Amino acid sequence: MLIPHPLLGLRDAQEFTYLGDARLLDRPDGLAPDAAEAFADYVYLRDNPAGLHRELWFHEQGDRSWLVVTRDTVTHEILGAELARDVALARRSK
Amino acid sequence: MRFSALRVFQQALTGHKGWGPLWRNPDPQPAYDYVIVGGGGHGLATAYYLANTFRQARIAVLERGWLGQGNIGRNTTIIRSNYLLPGNEPFYEFSMKLWEGLEQEFNFNAMVSQRGIVNLIHTDAQRDAYRRRGNAMLLAGADAELLDRDQVRAMIPFLNFDNARFPIKGGLLQRRAGTARHDGVAWGYARGADRAGVDLIQNCEVTGFRIEAGLIRGLETSRGYIGAGKVGVAVAGMTGRVMAMAGMRMPIESHVLQAFVSEGLKPTIPGVITFGAGHFYVSQSDKGGLVFGGDIDGYNSYAQRGNLPVVEDVAEGGMALMPMIGRARLLRIWGGIMDMSMDGSPIIDRTPVEGLYLNAGWCYGGFKATPASGYAFAHLLATDRPHDTAQAYRLDRFARGHVIDEKGMGATPNLH
Repeated sequence: MLIPHPLLGLRDAQEFTYLGDARLLDRPDGLAPDAAEAFADYVYLRDNPAGLHRELWFHEQGDRSWLVVTRDTVTHEILGAELARDVALARRSK
Repeated sequence: MRFSALRVFQQALTGHKGWGPLWRNPDPQPAYDYVIVGGGGHGLATAYYLANTFRQARIAVLERGWLGQGNIGRNTTIIRSNYLLPGNEPFYEFSMKLWEGLEQEFNFNAMVSQRGIVNLIHTDAQRDAYRRRGNAMLLAGADAELLDRDQVRAMIPFLNFDNARFPIKGGLLQRRAGTARHDGVAWGYARGADRAGVDLIQNCEVTGFRIEAGLIRGLETSRGYIGAGKVGVAVAGMTGRVMAMAGMRMPIESHVLQAFVSEGLKPTIPGVITFGAGHFYVSQSDKGGLVFGGDIDGYNSYAQRGNLPVVEDVAEGGMALMPMIGRARLLRIWGGIMDMSMDGSPIIDRTPVEGLYLNAGWCYGGFKATPASGYAFAHLLATDRPHDTAQAYRLDRFARGHVIDEKGMGATPNLH
């Protein structure tokens, strides 16, 4: 698989390590009253879709940036990649 | 029809005209007492043990494709009970004991062969860890022997004992472990369940659950609505998709695991050899093919096929361990979808929906568990209480912090 790194162009997926669903960017508020339940869901539960999946890849053998890669889990086709930093900042500004 | 040597002999003399189909191919009834979703190894085993517990109940197995099309037909056929943790080891040893009596029990040749498994040791720390694991196995009633380097060499002399990075210092041996004919296991359970009156309904995809006021009523399927008293879901690999239809998110990711088989060779590998440090394990089938594999690819996948970097990784592990494998030609590569759970251990439990039960999260260790998984799931469906050996496999153990994490990796499904 080749990942279209937004800064470096197409890079072999072997240069990356995989973390999982990009929803892991949305860490719950640890001080909220329901923090225990929210963190149990955050740490352990997954949507695990068959089809498009937005997921976190870390460019460990490269520029050490985190990416949000959009990939089809049925065909392994990669449809795009963004810097996770940009995704997280865009969510925060909403 | 019972299978026996005499019958094989008689059929050989009469042109093999007396063999019939192993099971019926019925149409679905309007309603059943018990519906098992998933006609794989675990679903068929569940139906088998359930039917033999309650012969009067109406029981059906619904299968999207054909019986045994999933991981029961895709695994590397290893059976063993060499686990460490108290939540796991008694369950897998229970499974091992069921394997030992399985063929007589369901009157089918599953080619269970207790040829032993050796986990290789390369460091003092690993020897300590395996000594501890062996003791845990002995405490649960399993067998375990710690081998030194010379004992391993006497048993499997063709390994590379002096690899600079991973010299072989010994091994943990379980003699009662071995291999079984994976498809035969599915067929044996299917035939046994059918003979006990279970309807095995193929080409019947579940498209939704009918749930009223938190109680299961039945299933929407591609062959119409089927009412159900209790529903057991045993669809490892697809658990996330099926349970999403009941509105539940699962502590599971689906990942692809690849497996490999070489051309047929003369008998050379006496049992199962695992090279955990190098992500490689191998055994030899009765047809002569070297059956081997390694780690999962490491990213979410429903593709039933993997990518070449892992093929290379597994081949490198094989070459490091037993250089002679480089002379063998690869015959087939395939992939299966693994239910990778958040702690690497399975789930056999009730769900928040009354009457809906779950059997899932087998990671890449489901085959060896097939008999005990079926038995324990049938026990749960029948009595609403977990089987003695499966009490730790609760769905809510993650939120409660009672995970069963053999590898100590935490909530990282791709590392278990």
